[in-house]
Amino acid sequence: MKLLKTMLAASTALTVAGTVHAADLEVTHWWTSGGEAAAVGELAKALNERTEHKWVDGAIAGSGNTARPIMISRITGGDPMAATQFNHGRQAEELVEAGMMRDLTDIAEANKWREVINPPALLDACTVDGKVYCAPLNIHSSQWLWLSDAAYKKAGVPVPTTWTEFVASAPALKEAGITPLAMGKQGWQQNLAFNAMVISLMPTDVYLSVFQDKDADAAASAEVLEIFKTAAIARDLSADSNVQDWNQATNLVITGQAGGQIMGDWAQGEFAVAGQVAGQDYHCLPGLGERDVLLAGGDAFYFPVLDDADKSAAQGELAALLVDPDVQVAFNLKKGSLPVRGDVNLDAANDCMKKGLEILGRGNAVPDWNILITSDTRAQLEDLFVEFFADSSITAEAAQERFVGIMEDAE
Amino acid sequence: MAASRPKSLFRNLNAKIAAIPMIITALVVFTGGTLWTVAYSFTKSKMLPKWKFVGFDQYERLWDTRRWMVSIENLFIYGLCMLVLSFVLGFILAALMDQKIRFENTFRTIILYPFALSFIVTGLVWQWLLNPDLGVSNVVRALGWDSFAFDPLYNAQIAIFGVVIAGLWQGTGLIMVLMLAGLRGIDQDIWKASRVDGIPAWKTYLFIVIPMMRPVFITTLVLIASGIVKVYDLIVAMTGGGPGVSTEMPAKYVYDYMFGGQNLGQGFAASTMMLLAVLIVVIPWAMLEFGGKKRG
Repeated sequence: MKLLKTMLAASTALTVAGTVHAADLEVTHWWTSGGEAAAVGELAKALNERTEHKWVDGAIAGSGNTARPIMISRITGGDPMAATQFNHGRQAEELVEAGMMRDLTDIAEANKWREVINPPALLDACTVDGKVYCAPLNIHSSQWLWLSDAAYKKAGVPVPTTWTEFVASAPALKEAGITPLAMGKQGWQQNLAFNAMVISLMPTDVYLSVFQDKDADAAASAEVLEIFKTAAIARDLSADSNVQDWNQATNLVITGQAGGQIMGDWAQGEFAVAGQVAGQDYHCLPGLGERDVLLAGGDAFYFPVLDDADKSAAQGELAALLVDPDVQVAFNLKKGSLPVRGDVNLDAANDCMKKGLEILGRGNAVPDWNILITSDTRAQLEDLFVEFFADSSITAEAAQERFVGIMEDAE
Repeated sequence: MAASRPKSLFRNLNAKIAAIPMIITALVVFTGGTLWTVAYSFTKSKMLPKWKFVGFDQYERLWDTRRWMVSIENLFIYGLCMLVLSFVLGFILAALMDQKIRFENTFRTIILYPFALSFIVTGLVWQWLLNPDLGVSNVVRALGWDSFAFDPLYNAQIAIFGVVIAGLWQGTGLIMVLMLAGLRGIDQDIWKASRVDGIPAWKTYLFIVIPMMRPVFITTLVLIASGIVKVYDLIVAMTGGGPGVSTEMPAKYVYDYMFGGQNLGQGFAASTMMLLAVLIVVIPWAMLEFGGKKRG
């Protein structure tokens, strides 16, 4: 009954969208690090200056794993915010199916999202039964190897250009007292590193049959075993890195205490804050330097169904604003991520961002695993990797066996 | 008898009316919520509860999950250590306090103080104390003992005992105070009589005082046991379940899968197992404790 009521309210909201009153829009997100907060500031500025609505910031500290349960329970518990961040993919799938998210199809059609958003897979991830339910905001890719020039200079070896060279240069780093690979001891970071290896060192079709088709035979294949063996090597290389958070691990690379780190492109925000220059103080290798391929994931904004007609109309304006070319440039330059449209001017981008844009422009973007698997499967994989990376007695074969078990149950 | 029954129903009517809200809360929120949870643990509910019956699938997956098995094992280790050590330490401290020492108030306050801290604060403080680069280990090394190493939280084999240390530090004070209250409740004449008979003090404690303190022991047992089953915040603040999964606890598994993994069915199944474990301990004990008296 309540659902019906809210849906009715939403449909009336659409019809009166012409008459707009100023509204306060509470927006929840988990962007709290220095570079992230600056990027959110750009969104708030755009909303406050270009519309008559007011941005009410609802930042939730901690990672997405902390923030998402709070957001979801606010929406399901009947206290929805005006807009909220989720990652592209299946995190909000059930909320959409339950009719708790506002349908943005009218906004998407009016602003021609279907034509401007690149790669189109991002809009597909927002689309359920032909209706658009979220506004894509940025593209993040996680298959990057970040390398410290200072560390390699100290060890007296050239900065590697591929993962293979990186592994080969590790003994020299160890001799110089440098940890070859920095890695935070949290499941999502280890999961990210594993997936970076999967997509960079393995053919794309194997990746797709494992994660998209959930083919248990593909998960049990020799190619995947190779990746687990590579992960075991990464485990040895990162044995001395005793940090938890990703930015602490990035800091080890920035200060030259570690040779490299596998992390998403948001890491370059930390290098920028530390005043380092790409290609001079640090190097970045997309696809771990092995293959020119990136997984396109990132952030999108969802808009819960609200009773208040004014706020519903304001939600629509915010959604349109997020995909606006100027906002896209301002936000993504601060965030270190890539814009969701190919027709914007990003001359101010640094070397690493340009490398990423080039790869995306060539169409070598494959859907991120967050788009392909559910949160449940992700949680199980994170449990597996946090254990695998902490315990060197688990062999690659044993880990793969459990991996196959998880992927067999995946939906 | 039948005639007197309505009378007893209306006796103390005011008190009964006043208790109605609590009775309803207990029935609807606790019992109703529990039954609902158990029922939905047999479904395929993901983020939202949906009635898609799947039988024991969630339980099969639960008992196939290594993290759950490690959690159960940890709960046993933590529970046993906490139970035995808080009883023993709490009683010994209370017995020492009871020797009519000087500054008893000061000592009592110092030992009880940690209980005023939440598990979150306790966990953080001990995380730092047990960190090899900041805490105890570092201090001892700075004193010149270079080879000294004490970093239980970084060794998967013994990390759970690091957690036990923090739990004991926080909880023992309260147990001591309860025990001390129990000791003070013992009639001084008993001590005089045992002294006249020439019984050594330790024997008096063991064979006369402790049996007399049974009600206090039961209170402490309930307090400690409920603290053990619901341990969650200490783990989150202190180790986050690590290294690896070596300090995971059942309550954390429930939370992580219900909300992080968006799999209500799995979380419900795990919490039902926790309830079952508690019932297995509580029901025989309650029958022993309360069942006998009615018949007698």
